[in-house]
Amino acid sequence: MDLLIFQVPILMVQASLDGILLGILFALIAYGMALQWGVMNIINIAQGDLVILGGYIAYFMYLSGIHPALGVIVAPVIMYFVGVGLYKLVINKVVDRDLFISILATFGISILFMQLMNFAFGADVVLANSEFGTTMLFNNSVTLPNSKLFSAIISIIFAIGLVVYMKKSKLGRAIRATAQNARAAKILGVDTEKVYAATFGINAALCGVAGALVAITFTIHPYMGLPYTIRSFMIVIIAGLGNLPGVAVSGMGLGVFEEFADYILGTEFRIGSVFLLLVLILVYRRFKLSKKREYLK
Amino acid sequence: MKLHRIILSFVSALAILLSSSATSFAKVVGDKIVLGSAISLTGKYSSNGVHTQNGYNMAVDRINSMGGVKVGGKTYKFEIIYYDDESNPKRAAQLAERLIKQDGVEYMLGPYSSGLTKAIAPVTEKYGVPMVEANGASRSLFTKGYKYLFAVLAPANLYLDVAIDLAVEKNGGKPVSVAMAFEQDAFSQDVRLGVLEAIKRTGSKKVIDDKLPKELNDMAATLAKVKAVKPDVLVVSGHTKGALTAVRQIAEMKVDVPMLAMTHCDAAKLSKQHGKNSQYALCASQWHKTLTYKDDFFKDGMTYDADFKKLFDYAPPYQAAESSAALLVFKDAFERANSFDKVKVRDALAATDMQTFYGNIKFAAGGQNVDKPMVLFQVMCDGDKCENKVVAPTKWASAELIHPIPSWSKR
Repeated sequence: MDLLIFQVPILMVQASLDGILLGILFALIAYGMALQWGVMNIINIAQGDLVILGGYIAYFMYLSGIHPALGVIVAPVIMYFVGVGLYKLVINKVVDRDLFISILATFGISILFMQLMNFAFGADVVLANSEFGTTMLFNNSVTLPNSKLFSAIISIIFAIGLVVYMKKSKLGRAIRATAQNARAAKILGVDTEKVYAATFGINAALCGVAGALVAITFTIHPYMGLPYTIRSFMIVIIAGLGNLPGVAVSGMGLGVFEEFADYILGTEFRIGSVFLLLVLILVYRRFKLSKKREYLK
Repeated sequence: MKLHRIILSFVSALAILLSSSATSFAKVVGDKIVLGSAISLTGKYSSNGVHTQNGYNMAVDRINSMGGVKVGGKTYKFEIIYYDDESNPKRAAQLAERLIKQDGVEYMLGPYSSGLTKAIAPVTEKYGVPMVEANGASRSLFTKGYKYLFAVLAPANLYLDVAIDLAVEKNGGKPVSVAMAFEQDAFSQDVRLGVLEAIKRTGSKKVIDDKLPKELNDMAATLAKVKAVKPDVLVVSGHTKGALTAVRQIAEMKVDVPMLAMTHCDAAKLSKQHGKNSQYALCASQWHKTLTYKDDFFKDGMTYDADFKKLFDYAPPYQAAESSAALLVFKDAFERANSFDKVKVRDALAATDMQTFYGNIKFAAGGQNVDKPMVLFQVMCDGDKCENKVVAPTKWASAELIHPIPSWSKR
């Protein structure tokens, strides 16, 4: 137990801001996961690997002299097609099957992606320097890297864009209809096959944006995808399926919770405390559900 | 049915072919001494695995072309059988069994990383096969009482304790306050133990002791604590991702600390990836090209560096240099043993006392090299060009340590 954060209260501001900025980025990845989970009933274990692949796109832009921040435009375009391709090759064969089958299939894709990225890009840890500088607050005692601020702003723009797109566009409406009842949507003339492909593509595109942001703010490595999958999975679980505002809140909440756990319990309990929270929430949900007694099995 | 028989005969033919080719290998075939190594050519350690393999191959070519190994009045050449362990400890242990039992290998070269060496060592020990390894520094390898394990490198607990001594020296002999951030893996925790011993020895104080997760990519919380506590030294060890993350976030968060000491700077290509932001970082290294050690095969560090670059088109990291040194140790031991008997070779290895371009090599009872101190280099930049310059121990220093690190507002 470390009480430094209470002795130096300005650290609370630092921890909260760091947590919120981190949480927003994770929430963007979780958005994509929630979307395809809701529409296609697929838990995508390869989510994190799609993020890393997006990161490599920004990294290679950086290597060839293009500012990596432009990766947030290029990566989603490329990743959309990667997503659609992946759907046509593998996902369409498991989309109506048991959830377990889709987990296995995406787990396989995850391993394949890791090895392919390792083969193609090497096993070195890399990053893209944005040279964005730093914002200092409270007489320099709180520092916010502008790269993190940039990540948060871009994530918010894409998240809002997605919500608006889902509400207003024809494809968005088709996606929502398919999510509600795929069979009924099909009968009413929605090409569900196309909707599924587009959903998977949109998810991959969101991962691409997040990946470019990860390359700018953190580091990337072919085997670093899994933590992003787990984190987004947890955010979706806590928010509940189909609850997009909930995803944003739980993303930021988890980010802040994690930072405070780091300061108070110690860095080694950072991830552990998040898992503990997940278990507690699931137990609480189950408890609430058992009280409901809506139907008998 | 017919198809069934065809398949059956094909499989048995293949089996016969494989078994006959396997028996054609043995410890010494004709004029060849066959060494075996499971090495990470794919998977997460593949970069360093390849450095290790390049180091081995370069030394084999050099020794073979300069007259080979003389045993019992006859000249032999080295040859290495490699298998890819996929950066997976279980696979590495299986492959070690296969090398020894099927391929008949009686002398092994180590894999890359402490974790994989830990997986292989019990196997080589079981069969009494001498193994010279160059990339497993974890202290726990040398406390198990292994008789057939020899490491040419300094153990992990000696990586960063020099930095604490240096900080105390710069503080006029007075104790210092130390902030520590170490990844939770065998290697980094061993580095941590060494630092803790140095803290105790010098009467210093540890003010932060963070254990970073394996999937480490954010050190903002640790660094915010460092900003609040203002220690004299910040010590970080978390492989390449730790070094890269620390330097990026220290620059972004404008963390001022008089001394920053790390591991894995050259593997992380710190000065290349971060440029001027990496300036003044102190890095622990097993080897540096400017050290003045000498041998007959590679001459010295500068020559090794030039020759390696010519062959592989990149500057040799210390992982390659120490791997080359492992072959020099084997050659020396074979010649002193004047025999291919495993026990005699093992005894000759244990009695090794030699100098290579990489450093002096003399093994303690546990198998670790006790005759080669670690060096610390500091990243120094002239304009945009950054270079690593040795600053400690003073015997090999090519530049004076810049201490304390100028604050970010003055850079």
